[in-house]
Amino acid sequence: MRDSVRSWLDAMGALLLEAVALECTRRERVIFSRLALRAEPGTLVQVVGPNGSGKTSLLRLLCGLSLPSHGEVRWCGQNIRTMKEDYWRQLAYVGHLDGVKDDLTAFENLRLSAAIAGRRASAAEARAALLAIGLDGCTDSFARHLSQGQRRRLALARVILSRQTPLWLLDEPFSALDAGGVAVLRTCIAEHLAAGCIVVMTAHAELPVTARRTTTVTLGGPEAEAA
Amino acid sequence: MLRTLVAVIRRDLLLAARQRADIANTLLFFVAVVTVIPLGVGSDPQLLRAIAPGVVWIAALLAAILSLHRLFAADFADGTLEQTLLSGEPLAVLVLGKAAAHWLVTGLPVTLISALLAVMFDLGRAAAAALAVSLLLGTPTLSLLGAVGAALTLSLRSGSVLIALLVLPLYVPVLILGAGAVEAHMAGLHSAPYLLLLAALTVLAAVLTPLAVSAALRISAE
Repeated sequence: MRDSVRSWLDAMGALLLEAVALECTRRERVIFSRLALRAEPGTLVQVVGPNGSGKTSLLRLLCGLSLPSHGEVRWCGQNIRTMKEDYWRQLAYVGHLDGVKDDLTAFENLRLSAAIAGRRASAAEARAALLAIGLDGCTDSFARHLSQGQRRRLALARVILSRQTPLWLLDEPFSALDAGGVAVLRTCIAEHLAAGCIVVMTAHAELPVTARRTTTVTLGGPEAEAA
Repeated sequence: MLRTLVAVIRRDLLLAARQRADIANTLLFFVAVVTVIPLGVGSDPQLLRAIAPGVVWIAALLAAILSLHRLFAADFADGTLEQTLLSGEPLAVLVLGKAAAHWLVTGLPVTLISALLAVMFDLGRAAAAALAVSLLLGTPTLSLLGAVGAALTLSLRSGSVLIALLVLPLYVPVLILGAGAVEAHMAGLHSAPYLLLLAALTVLAAVLTPLAVSAALRISAE
């Protein structure tokens, strides 16, 4: 699987996620403006800031769920507004909602969400992803019987299953996870970065995820800036 | 693309099979409305035969409206809608799948039940068949047009009432053609023109409404 990421990278040339003069407005209020961001292959982008500083809003802008009031997000030099499905095929997003259906089993959730996202995932791959995130005991349990932390793990299993996608956007991925879950996820992110992919994540505190390159975006100051 | 369409339909049917009460409510409502009307207007067979097509069709519209809020609200609340919006496949295809699944659990059973209800109105076998065919061709349009209303009102608090107000006027052509087909048949005229127009509406809706729904969902989810 790692090889497929590499071959894809070779075919595409360098991956590049850029945000140019990004401005986010919610109900007439400017949450951040003039935000610039540039992430090259293997970069971990950590978005930090207090509650309400626009971390989730930034992630939604980066994945194209909402539109910036000013500026643009570019993937490999192209504005994502014009790329649409071509861009979405290359990213995996975990928002603060888990995107898990209560009345489906963990396995069904994973298989069907992959199919709906337009990815090919065999039953074996889905089982492997559940095993990797530590949900192998709950494969056939209904999601409504899972705990908050287990549901979070299920959402993250979706990301693990989409290893070929070169961009991961994770909103508070460590919330509700226990120490074991945090360790597993940290390893997955590190592996993904080592394969030359880009991971953007928000966190209240900076978590030590090892990466060759790390960019920190600090929100919530008088003016947002990328360091 | 086809795989994705099948996956959406499969997921929604699985969910529907596990939340059977929701479907049962809609169908019971349909049966209840159709049953109550003869109690109100009297039991004159002549009268019942005359109002049967209109009554069944209006009940079908109401049942469709009643079930529309389910279409996207749960997906919106649990975050699966976000994931759907970020799919690598065209959103219109996924929306078409959702509308198809909605029709399979509301429009199709309504069509089947209508054949039984026709007996209550003393409709002949041929008229009952015409009613069922008109519902079969018309109810997909109800699901498709309803999806537009459901998507537009998704993020609003009083959405479910608003859906009815938005969608009911759009349902008028389907109602006129659907009930008209059965009435024409009972009057000894050809019902084919009505049925063909219903089928044309369904095809038109299947092509155009997924695009409108996609746009509305992107706005609602922002």
